[in-house]
Amino acid sequence: MTEQWVNLAATILLIIAFAMLSQRRVLSLVRLFAWQGLVLSVSTAMVAYSTGQSHLWISAALTLGLKVIVLPIVLHSLIVRLNVRWDVEPLINVPTTMLAGIGLVIFAFALATPISQLAGTVTRSTLGIALASVLLSFLMMIVRRKAVPQVIGFLAMENGLFFAATSATYGMPLVVELGIALDVLVGTFVFGIFFFHIRETFDSLDIRHMEKLKED
Amino acid sequence: MDAAGIAFQILQSVFVVLAAPALLGWVNQCRAWLQNRKGPGILRPYFLLWRLFHKEAVVAHNASALFRATPYVLFGCMWLAAGIVPVLATDLPFAFAADIIALVGIFALARVFISLAAMDIGTAFGGIGARREMLIGFLAEPAMLMTLFTAAFLSGSTALTTIVETLAHREFAIHPGLACAAVAFLMVLLAENARIPVDNPTTHLELTMIHEALILEYSARHLALVEWAAAIKLFAYMTIGIALFVPWGIAEGSDWLGLPLAVAAAAAKLALAGAGLAVLETVSAKFRVFRAPEFLSTAFLLAVLGMLVHFLTDV
Repeated sequence: MTEQWVNLAATILLIIAFAMLSQRRVLSLVRLFAWQGLVLSVSTAMVAYSTGQSHLWISAALTLGLKVIVLPIVLHSLIVRLNVRWDVEPLINVPTTMLAGIGLVIFAFALATPISQLAGTVTRSTLGIALASVLLSFLMMIVRRKAVPQVIGFLAMENGLFFAATSATYGMPLVVELGIALDVLVGTFVFGIFFFHIRETFDSLDIRHMEKLKED
Repeated sequence: MDAAGIAFQILQSVFVVLAAPALLGWVNQCRAWLQNRKGPGILRPYFLLWRLFHKEAVVAHNASALFRATPYVLFGCMWLAAGIVPVLATDLPFAFAADIIALVGIFALARVFISLAAMDIGTAFGGIGARREMLIGFLAEPAMLMTLFTAAFLSGSTALTTIVETLAHREFAIHPGLACAAVAFLMVLLAENARIPVDNPTTHLELTMIHEALILEYSARHLALVEWAAAIKLFAYMTIGIALFVPWGIAEGSDWLGLPLAVAAAAAKLALAGAGLAVLETVSAKFRVFRAPEFLSTAFLLAVLGMLVHFLTDV
């Protein structure tokens, strides 16, 4: 029964990844990111409950605290202070991105099926979905031009990796998870500082302007 | 094919044709309640049909035979489609006339005829309506097929009766793929039946019309048949949705004893679905026409994801 619920959570994660790919508004992206974190946390807690792995409870709580509460608040305040609420225009149009996304999902599923047969966990069938959400977040970083959506894509990719670890091996060792959590937190702050510097230098968060750096 | 099966088939076919306007009336009534109006009552569509059948039909001078024949073709297609969807019982001798792929084909046939008829007279609105109808149709069809394929893979058959029997018999399990497919199906249902996010069934603005623009030239008994066919189409889509995603309570085989329960279950599910449709139409606003492709490509995406997820998790 847990397996079915985790499968459902994995499907929701996949759909959220597609929603993020198609979302044009930055604030909605942050909201979707928070939802993704919540689903991830719930699914980790379900795996923890069914397998009795106590360290998964801690990582579920970490995910809840960090990715559902702290990071969205930080990102939200960053967006408000940088005044970048406007719509982000992707490099290629949304339907094309979606088709590329479906291609990535098929690729990820085909790649993960032989691997997941080696894993002995109850959640192994979700490995493909985890891989797909990593690739979709990667695609999102590629097709976005502004810095903030790219960072959200990066964080979403980390969510996907975390989910992959949970589904393949019941999570990474606690030390590694704590380290990653800290990295993500520090990374977001560093990104925040970068945003301010990028804006001061170029008067914009459009990363196309960074190409000018080469000419100097 | 035995006598009981044929009796069931006839019963069901008569039931869908007679009950379809009531469903439409129920949806309109719910919408009226939600908008704080008194509402016309759920029998209104029957009075409307009655009135239209007693009027004199007016046909344009340059109308061809196609224009006159279309209402009958449309009505026949929808009746056939609704007749082979298991609503009350799964033992339907005619169900082998069409599996799910042919079912989509029947809807497509009806769409082609109504679009041709709309262009037949040569008015501007007919042309606009026909083009929009084909635009919506060609985007909705693949999404619909993908949705049906997910259910077909789950039960290992493309015959609707077999799918329903398999799905109704299995013990309850969460199928994420089927859940995706259900959402996609809902979006296709809204688009195909000209409901609110895509088209407004009560609109009076010719420029935003899709379905209404197609039938502007029809009057009297022709219009009655077209409207009745539209009601049956909504009924058929809702029963397909019920059959695929919540099939419990249907009478197995030719089980006459299960019939009262099956009728009660079908009525309750349809009433719920109609009320849900009314809520959905009340809380959402109509899209611009050019947003419709995006809406339907989302439906297609969800349906494809549903099928892929089904392969990953259920096999």
